Amino acid sequence: MDLAQSVLAGDRLALARTLSLVENGTAEGKSALNTLFPHTGKAHLVGVTGASGTGKSSLVNQLARYYRQPSQGEQPRQVAIVAVDPTSPFTGGAILGDRIRMRDLSGDPGVFIRSMATRGSLGGIASATSAVVQVLDAAGYDLVLIETVGAGQSEIDIARLAHTTIVVEAPGLGDDIQAIKAGIMEIADVLVVNKADLPGVENTERALRGSLSLSHPLAQRMLHHGKLVTLSAQPAAPSTEELVWIPIILRTVALDGTGIPALAEAIANHRAYLQSTGSWQLRERWRLQTELDLLLQNTLVASFRSSLPAGTYERVLEDLLERRVSPFEAVERLVDGAGRAAEEVV
Amino acid sequence: MSERKIRVLIAKPGLDGHDRGAKVVARALRDAGMEVIYTGLRQTPEMIAEAALQEDVDAVGLSILSGAHMALVPRVFELLKANGQERVKVFLGGIVPDEDVPLLLKMGVIGIYGPGTLSDTYVNDIRKAVLTDNA
Repeated sequence: MDLAQSVLAGDRLALARTLSLVENGTAEGKSALNTLFPHTGKAHLVGVTGASGTGKSSLVNQLARYYRQPSQGEQPRQVAIVAVDPTSPFTGGAILGDRIRMRDLSGDPGVFIRSMATRGSLGGIASATSAVVQVLDAAGYDLVLIETVGAGQSEIDIARLAHTTIVVEAPGLGDDIQAIKAGIMEIADVLVVNKADLPGVENTERALRGSLSLSHPLAQRMLHHGKLVTLSAQPAAPSTEELVWIPIILRTVALDGTGIPALAEAIANHRAYLQSTGSWQLRERWRLQTELDLLLQNTLVASFRSSLPAGTYERVLEDLLERRVSPFEAVERLVDGAGRAAEEVV
Repeated sequence: MSERKIRVLIAKPGLDGHDRGAKVVARALRDAGMEVIYTGLRQTPEMIAEAALQEDVDAVGLSILSGAHMALVPRVFELLKANGQERVKVFLGGIVPDEDVPLLLKMGVIGIYGPGTLSDTYVNDIRKAVLTDNA
């Protein structure tokens, strides 16, 4: 049985190996992904992001525990966790420490945790995270929790990858101006104020609520597609009839599990909203298009670079360094030069 | 993109809470360009083997200061083998009496690094052990 077939058959060692091959961008990994891709698209991808120290890992731990032992009448889910931590820009090394908070999940065959380093990506996840998630999806994990690096303001790649994005805040991290800044606050489908047992939780929640009540960019983007909606400052129960999803604000204490069932419910409601409005397909399309474009760019650039006569690129780069050409002229020169070289060969 | 990254699991099995050494080693391996998965305190051999499997690591470093190494190390080897991870290199840190060293090396431990070991020593040993195996 080849590697991809073993992954589909539930072999955990084969899964772990495949994740490495895919993460390393090897030919074997690509070939495995080719086999696995038709089996993807079933998992609910849930992103968890927020600043360092807000409790993302502990929250992911509690969520996974909840999904393994849900309240009555619900089936336990197969849960995969992809936890991303930063790579050192100087040495290329990384400390991946998210498992420390996830020890409760050890020994459960229905949970698979994989740590990843960003390996140079700056958007909060690694460039291979999407492919790694696809492998886990194909392996039958129907809920994939993706924990980003400690994200400040603009690490928003997770919103492109995940169906549902949870932004985790904690009391005492910033005033109401932080809450109205662009970036990470805008991508939240669910806003969690974790460590809600700490003083200052009311202020944090009020700032977030105030920010949401001004307007939500998603709403504005959706307005010309449908009816006008009045944004409510209350944690409105998400209605699947409404066109616009208004982010919910929830309080949790990840250490003791307070608020986790409500969070799981919000995630389920968001999924139902996505599916009933067709947004699920839209997000899938957006995600796969982004991925296709990125791959296409990388492949075209690589094949273009290898088609250039030896030394051409270096000469143009030298001209650029000497300020003899601008970056625009450099690109023109490379593209035209490559065209001419190709004609000469013909 | 496709460069070979060495992945190492650093774990503290057993009940002692002295994790300074483990953290120093984790940091040194990071500075040597490796990806270090740090699992924290009080791990059972089962937890360590499970993490080694899910993370597909090349090496496992065990920090033991409780004196339980002669019980914990064989168990870790046994579980790694049961999971099909015989190729994973195991090294030790902490306090290990001299008379136990030959026995541990015989079990397959690639190196035992007590307090005062220069980081270059274990960095080079791990790199050599992993790369010669996967060449």
